[in-house]
Amino acid sequence: MTQYKNKGGQCGACETCGRCDEKNLSKCPEGVTLYTIMTYSENFAGILNQITAVFTRRQVNIESLNVCASSTPGVHKYTITCFCTEETVQLITKQIEKKIDVLQAKYYTQDEIFIQEVALFKLSTPRLLDNRDISRIIRSHSAKIVEVNETYSIVNITGMPEDIESLYSQLAALECVLQFVRTGAIAVTKNPRELLDEYLDVRQQEGNN
Amino acid sequence: MKQKITGAEALMRSLENEGVTTLFGYPGGSIMPVYDALYDHRQTLNHILVRHEQGAVHAAQGYARVSGKVGCAIVTSGPGATNTITGVADAMIDSTPMVVICGQVGAAFLGTDAFQEVDVIGITQPISKWSFQIRRAEDIAWAVSRAFYIASSGRPGPVVLDFAKNAQTALVDYEPTKVDFIRSYRPAPPIDDNAISEAAKLINQAKKPLVLVGQGVELGEASDELVALIEKADLPAGCTMLGLSALPTDHPLNMGMLGMHGSYATNVLTNKCDLLIAVGMRFDDRVTGNLNTYAKQAKVIHFEIDPAEINKNVKVDVAVLGNCKETLARVSELVNKADHSEWKAKFKPYQEQETQKVIEPAIHPSEGPLLMGEVVRRVSEMTDHKAVLVTDVGQNQLFACRYFKFTERRSVLTSGGCGTMGFGLPAAIGATFGAPDRTVCMFCGDGGLQMTIQELGTIMEQHSPVKIILLNNNYLGNVRQWQYMFFNKRYSFTPMLNPDYEKIAEGYGIPSRTVIDRKDLDSAINEMLQTKGPFLLQCAIKEEDNVLPMIAPGASVDEMKLEIE
Repeated sequence: MTQYKNKGGQCGACETCGRCDEKNLSKCPEGVTLYTIMTYSENFAGILNQITAVFTRRQVNIESLNVCASSTPGVHKYTITCFCTEETVQLITKQIEKKIDVLQAKYYTQDEIFIQEVALFKLSTPRLLDNRDISRIIRSHSAKIVEVNETYSIVNITGMPEDIESLYSQLAALECVLQFVRTGAIAVTKNPRELLDEYLDVRQQEGNN
Repeated sequence: MKQKITGAEALMRSLENEGVTTLFGYPGGSIMPVYDALYDHRQTLNHILVRHEQGAVHAAQGYARVSGKVGCAIVTSGPGATNTITGVADAMIDSTPMVVICGQVGAAFLGTDAFQEVDVIGITQPISKWSFQIRRAEDIAWAVSRAFYIASSGRPGPVVLDFAKNAQTALVDYEPTKVDFIRSYRPAPPIDDNAISEAAKLINQAKKPLVLVGQGVELGEASDELVALIEKADLPAGCTMLGLSALPTDHPLNMGMLGMHGSYATNVLTNKCDLLIAVGMRFDDRVTGNLNTYAKQAKVIHFEIDPAEINKNVKVDVAVLGNCKETLARVSELVNKADHSEWKAKFKPYQEQETQKVIEPAIHPSEGPLLMGEVVRRVSEMTDHKAVLVTDVGQNQLFACRYFKFTERRSVLTSGGCGTMGFGLPAAIGATFGAPDRTVCMFCGDGGLQMTIQELGTIMEQHSPVKIILLNNNYLGNVRQWQYMFFNKRYSFTPMLNPDYEKIAEGYGIPSRTVIDRKDLDSAINEMLQTKGPFLLQCAIKEEDNVLPMIAPGASVDEMKLEIE
């Protein structure tokens, strides 16, 4: 299982949880880990609200959230990551799926999905020119400089959340970052079956009967 | 055939299409076009004018709970809508089918903080099964039909329709619509054959089984299937408060109510049984007490229609998903005839102790002031245990649920999950419309009655035959009991100065009587039952009485106390 670590080498869950002195997520006595919940819903207004309210009620912080159209017309996809126990993620997933206009909600551990994330960095161009290490770090992360002018430069990276954190921490150490933004994880399953399509097929048959 | 009508008229026809005959409501600015249309539909849609919007939702709940149909309330925007919130939340946690139609400002004014504009969707989404804003008249037929389908199917619940004023007045080509399929919503999950056989296997192996009967049995109309199963496999059962009338009180396998103030035997033996069979119940904390010590020795089967209830509070060994009417019947086919006499005999000593220490003193006291328990039991007996019991919340509710007996289905109306004081009176009004041929007895305290006392006006106008039994102890009794037990007898704001309730009843033209002496109780109950229409029977109850037995909050079910130390 891939562990999600922030720049201090400690897991976010343990820092906020505070129920023990253990700082390493893999040793969490509560079994907290990073889960990705993939949810599909009809494209109606207000569903995001209903989904996030489930996390609020269960007192689980959302680490990242991405909402977009899915490959099925009229169906929206939500990719949500959070730290919690398996017991909690099961309850959250069922509560989400219970919402009338939610088609499907499933949760995954990090090894069950392929994850990518996009981040943008706005860097100081004078600093970039001053310090050769900066462009070396950018290249070593396979990031791209997509815009340069005399005050700032924009760097784009697509990668695993760890790659993005690594790039951020190294650039931040050189004090050249003016702005930093990331999309949050998006993911596709490694499962050879397409569970949403299967569900929609079954429901179409049930609807015809 | 298409014809142009207003949105308000389309709502009327949509409601008629859904078979609605009774509405509880209160008009106001943003719902006036609907009320104007309603004026022409008075023959088919019987509108009951309540005195406060909270009364409308509780009445709709009462109507729904006794009849099994969807209750319907209509109110205006802003405060009209927010006054329904308690009832919507109550219907959600108690799985009551209800559709609330709120007026809303015109779509062009939405989000502008217009007069009487409130974000009803934002407020009701977390506490309703579905809430939807109708902004275009074209959506009315679909939205109304979808609302009734969602409210009544699967695990029932409240639906809120937020009806913008422009959609009420716009002209629309109306075509009757019937929604009976939503691809993202499965009312009952498919039944898993494995779960059925696993459940039967566990029941056949059990030596000390205990069934927990919840309201799901009523909602699934599965009482017959339940009785067939427990009689075949000889399974003793306890009922949750909302499930009390799903199994006749005097059925030999009914061992009594579950939970904090339930029966001693079922609670203690919950921690002795080897198999718990939960049917249509959700392991509420008022039933389980301390979860860490709840039935840890037992295997657990959960018959449930809502997958989100599985493993929510209690981890189960077998989850039997689906409508319990079907799943109970299928498990019944696979279970063996059994005889659990030895296990059933274990209930006896606890029942005898409870009878001697608690029940007899509560229902047959020989001296002192009137007690709630004896009033409840006499009303139950004098109605041949056939009446609909409605309660408010507090000691009146706990005594009523302990000592009323049930022989008929859909006979207990109480605010279980939400514990809404003020629920009783309007719910009883709704019940008289939902079950017009039955006697409706509403027990309340002096606290709860005053929370919705304005509905006496509705009773007056409708001549609703609500038998109001006011158990007056001049205290907020249940809170006082907890102050006595857990707050060092510091009665912080629980004594209450009461008005003259007989004068209030008289003002509303409702006949009344007050009983102080025990010897007058029977004749007073008789007078109440013989009087046509409503009646207020005020009983002067012992001031500091306590509901027992009791599982203290946080304690285990087997730590139930028969007396306060």
